[in-house]
Amino acid sequence: MRIIVCIKQVPKAQELQVDPVTQTLKRVGVPSEINPPDANALEIALTLKDRHPAEVVVLSMGPTSFDESLERAVAMGADRSVLLTDRILGGSDTVPTAYALSETIQKIGGYDLILTGEETTDASTGHVGPGIAGHLDLPQITYVSEVRIVDNTVRARRTAEDGTEWWQTNMPSLCTVNFGCNKPRSPTLTGKIRVKRGGVIVHWSCADVGIDPKKVGLLNSPTIVAKVDTIRLPPRAGRIFSGDAKESVRALLDALIRDRVVAP
Amino acid sequence: MERFDAIVVGAGPAGSSAALTLARKGFSTLLVERGRSPGVKGMFGGRIYSWALQDLLPDWAKDCPVERYVVRENMVFLTEDASLGISFDSTKLGQGRAASFTAVRAKFDGWLAKKAQDAGATLVTGIRVDDLWKEDGHVRGVMVAPNDRVGADVVVIAEGATSILTRAAGLKADLEPREVSVGVKETIELPAETIQERFGLGEKEGAAFVFAGQSSLGLRGGGFLYTNQSTISLGLVVSSEDLSRKKVEIQEVQNRFRLHPAVQRWIRGGKVVEYSAHLVPELGAGMMPRLWGDGVLVAGDAAGFLINNGYTFRGVDLAIASGIAAGEAANAARSAGSMRAANLAAYDRFLRASNVLTDLERFRRAPLYMKNERLFDVYPRMLMEIAERLYTVDGSGQQRLVDAVLEQAASADVPKLKMLLDLLQGARSM
Amino acid sequence: MTDGHVLEDKSHFRGVWVFLEGRAGGLRDVSTQLIGEGRRLADLRGTPLTGILPGHGVDALAERAIGFGLDRVIVVDDPMLEIYRSRPYAQVMAQLVRRQKPEIVLFGASKNGRDLGGRLHAILETGLAADCVKFDIDADGNLDMIRPSFGGKSLAHILCKKHRPQMASVRRNVFVAPPHNPDRRGEIVHERVELSPQDLDAKLLEFDEFTKEGGLRPEEADIVVSGGYGLGDPKNFQLLQDLADRLGGAIAASRKAVDSGWVPKTLQVGQTGMTVRPKLYIAVGISGAVQHLAGMQESDKILVINIDPKAPLFEIADYGIVGDLFEVLPEMIRQLDALKGGGVAGQPALPAEAR
Ligand SMILES: Cc1cc2nc3c(=O)[nH]c(=O)nc-3n(C[C@H](O)[C@H](O)[C@H](O)COP(=O)(O)OP(=O)(O)OC[C@H]3O[C@@H](n4cnc5c(N)ncnc54)[C@H](O)[C@@H]3O)c2cc1C
Ligand SMILES: Cc1cc2nc3c(=O)[nH]c(=O)nc-3n(C[C@H](O)[C@H](O)[C@H](O)COP(=O)(O)OP(=O)(O)OC[C@H]3O[C@@H](n4cnc5c(N)ncnc54)[C@H](O)[C@@H]3O)c2cc1C
Ligand SMILES: Nc1ncnc2c1ncn2[C@@H]1O[C@H](COP(=O)(O)O)[C@@H](O)[C@H]1O
Repeated sequence: MRIIVCIKQVPKAQELQVDPVTQTLKRVGVPSEINPPDANALEIALTLKDRHPAEVVVLSMGPTSFDESLERAVAMGADRSVLLTDRILGGSDTVPTAYALSETIQKIGGYDLILTGEETTDASTGHVGPGIAGHLDLPQITYVSEVRIVDNTVRARRTAEDGTEWWQTNMPSLCTVNFGCNKPRSPTLTGKIRVKRGGVIVHWSCADVGIDPKKVGLLNSPTIVAKVDTIRLPPRAGRIFSGDAKESVRALLDALIRDRVVAP
Repeated sequence: MERFDAIVVGAGPAGSSAALTLARKGFSTLLVERGRSPGVKGMFGGRIYSWALQDLLPDWAKDCPVERYVVRENMVFLTEDASLGISFDSTKLGQGRAASFTAVRAKFDGWLAKKAQDAGATLVTGIRVDDLWKEDGHVRGVMVAPNDRVGADVVVIAEGATSILTRAAGLKADLEPREVSVGVKETIELPAETIQERFGLGEKEGAAFVFAGQSSLGLRGGGFLYTNQSTISLGLVVSSEDLSRKKVEIQEVQNRFRLHPAVQRWIRGGKVVEYSAHLVPELGAGMMPRLWGDGVLVAGDAAGFLINNGYTFRGVDLAIASGIAAGEAANAARSAGSMRAANLAAYDRFLRASNVLTDLERFRRAPLYMKNERLFDVYPRMLMEIAERLYTVDGSGQQRLVDAVLEQAASADVPKLKMLLDLLQGARSM
Repeated sequence: MTDGHVLEDKSHFRGVWVFLEGRAGGLRDVSTQLIGEGRRLADLRGTPLTGILPGHGVDALAERAIGFGLDRVIVVDDPMLEIYRSRPYAQVMAQLVRRQKPEIVLFGASKNGRDLGGRLHAILETGLAADCVKFDIDADGNLDMIRPSFGGKSLAHILCKKHRPQMASVRRNVFVAPPHNPDRRGEIVHERVELSPQDLDAKLLEFDEFTKEGGLRPEEADIVVSGGYGLGDPKNFQLLQDLADRLGGAIAASRKAVDSGWVPKTLQVGQTGMTVRPKLYIAVGISGAVQHLAGMQESDKILVINIDPKAPLFEIADYGIVGDLFEVLPEMIRQLDALKGGGVAGQPALPAEAR
């Protein structure tokens, strides 16, 4: 069984900063991590690999700085990784991204299960996973917390709007994985040594994969970000009490009552 | 399964020196460090005696991240409100193999580990080795988790003072409180010019201080101060036995030490940018584990290689020298056919060749002598009062030195004979 | 067809569509909210507003949907559409779009809405903006799709200038559902879309419905007492409940508390949960990740109780207590009780000037 996990490298949640001039996300000099739900997706893949004979291939599209996350994924136990990296991909929205990842998945070939995260913390659309399924014409199960392989079928527990569902599909299929549904494992010594020995990441360009340059990049993305407004939240009073619990609660209730937020 | 000829655990000075030596001898070498990068977990006072580095890397001075070369040694006795200092200045200080320099650990360890990597060692960071992989008592590699083990012909334990693997290897029992001291260090930021002016130093010149007496609130131990380029390392090493017996927190001791006028004058206006604490093996040769076993060697602090004799504090040089010796020993054992303990016993020879064991044995008594509390409490006080008498000119009649000393000694609680013994014992062990 | 190609002439794309989701015989709240906003946009563009309702036996629902402000509903009735499934629904939508060429298609940003939109936009190769909170029409007649970006720290204006239809999903509870007018008349159109059994590529084995506890729902309460991972254990939610009871409020939770299995999913506040705007939001043991803020930052007043003075949520607090919730909550409950009971014997519950 071959499992392909799509991961994206994102700025660490606490470090999300918008450049005041360009109004874009600051990416240089900001510590990065694997998009948290993607780490949960990887953990699902590695758990399946613990139970079934499987190869886990990690796939990402982005600049070569993403190698850091791909290396981490291999150190955690993935078998190998592919980075689709090409200048012409810059500025792609979800349509070209899903297309380019689909083409790369086809080039990797032989896949039985594709996993993505539910959404990224930087773009937060959640469109790329279903987009890939659409391109590759695969069954899709979104928002899953658990995946089992039973008799060559995929069974996944999905968190829907009104309840949890267990779905079953044939392979190959695609699942998008919920943030926080498991605890991603730590890198192992063996994994880190494999990374050091090299050869666990391949870099492909669009030409290597056969991606149509006219279908990717900023200019070929249907959507553009026309402008960005900073949110101006109403000013908050910010009366913070600390110290002895009794005293601070007393002061707080006093303030709440005085401000008529709660009735005495 | 992954395999190497040699695995070194811990990328401190001992580990990196061992890995560098092993790699040079053609061993495929894995160097494992639990910190995110070498040196981030480590701390130390700040001075390195360079002789061992010279042996390891004759060209070290070219790119070694030296903060300042020590050109002035100071020894200061403190009571609550007074201090008496001896300052030693010599152009001969810090020449050739005797050179010593101050360094910042994160930079120095990173640099040394890089040298090991350049020689071919594989450095893996962010992994803590929890156990040794053994077969019939013979160490076969290291283990992080049951399904995460890496094999090797020989493992060098260079984990530092709180080694868990020496125990796992069966070379040593648990640490006892009397065997360790607690070290704390603050890094205090000051502009380089201020440091130079205040200490009377040139651009690359540095000063080293040891403090005795009230610096540790009378507990066994002492303080230190080293000047770096634009920071000062200020800290203490205090017996953990005394701390727990007297129920004092090391932070408390450090706070009082920092506020002492004789310390304040050096650090005035500085900003504390870092604080760290670490264990220090304190019994020197007295606490050494067995240094080798089947497929395993121990180097650096993990082996208890530390000399603290009251006027010098040596750890890093011994760590480096022992790292080199470990590499040499593994190489000799390989030539002899196997990594059995009998072959690795060559380690002893290499350690002696660089005077590591000999120095440790020479100062074997120092830690015991340092246990004498009178040294930290009574005598500094005596000295101070003598000085006070000598320097007090208030028209009430000035004293002669001899009289002052004799009078002071007579008024002390310590019997004269004991004082004499302390003196003799001190001279012998230091 | 125009899939994937940049359009020179967009004029033959007309009309605003909203994808309708049924729920227990009625419409999902996000769908009625969508109709309201869709109406506004259709009027601005001078085009009709159409609801799309794939399903089985849904004519009555279509009828009812019109009452919220639709001009017509396209019903695709097929037993294979009985429950939501990604492939057949995407198939249906793709074919309808190709046939009828709407200018704008809106989805609720529900799990199924996003599941469908994501697949569909890749099939149609057109733009889709996720989780929008506001719309406008720009000078060139394009839909200005406004959505939180950078983890909710700003609002991005997304345009899809050269591709049609322009698609967006809409966050729940940001638009107000219009009142239902049973007298409103509209057209119900039945469309057929060829589906084959192979399109049923996923089988629903089990469905375990979230049970919404009786009590007051956080969306409706004036005071919400919300608990996070800091509570450490499900049983500590009783403390929250005790406080909520005294204040006449409802309890809610962060996702981490929900994911830990401490409270039901239906109590989750945040980007992937519900949005609440109570008069007072009390956050207990919640750090304040942007995804959580997305669901509560528009509350009138925010009270934060956290042991860590550096918790990001303090930055948007009106009131706060830095302290251990296990000391603060019982104390609050005690003092509130004392207030109600007129003060503990001999000791006024509040300093005199507060009375
Ligand atoms: C306060 C203080 C002041 C000092 N001042 C001086 C001084 O001025 N001059 C001097 O020469 N010496 C000084 N020393 C002593 C000196 O710091 C040590 O002797 C020296 O660092 C020993 O080197 P080492 O390589 O043996 O151990 P360490 O430097 O402790 O290095 C051990 C390394 O191993 C890593 N490690 C530990 N366990 C594991 C594991 N299980 N798996 C993977 N990695 C692991 C650690 O993270 C660390 O990087 C001082 C010590 C202290 C505490
Ligand atoms: C795609 C995606 C979608 C997400 N959607 C949502 C969402 O809809 N809603 C949501 O909430 N999150 C969401 N998250 C998760 C979010 O990023 C945070 O992980 C989550 O909100 C953290 O929950 P928390 O504040 O309860 O836990 P933590 O961040 O662990 O914070 C716990 C807090 O409790 C405090 N604490 C601990 N003990 C005590 C004590 N004794 N007394 C007082 N305080 C104490 C701590 O100081 C800390 O601040 C999403 C994440 C992703 C990636
Ligand atoms: N550049 C990328 N490279 C690899 N996977 C991606 C990339 N962008 C998005 N994904 C995957 O698609 C999921 C949803 O992303 P998004 O639609 O951007 O929210 C992520 O969780 C990833 O698994």
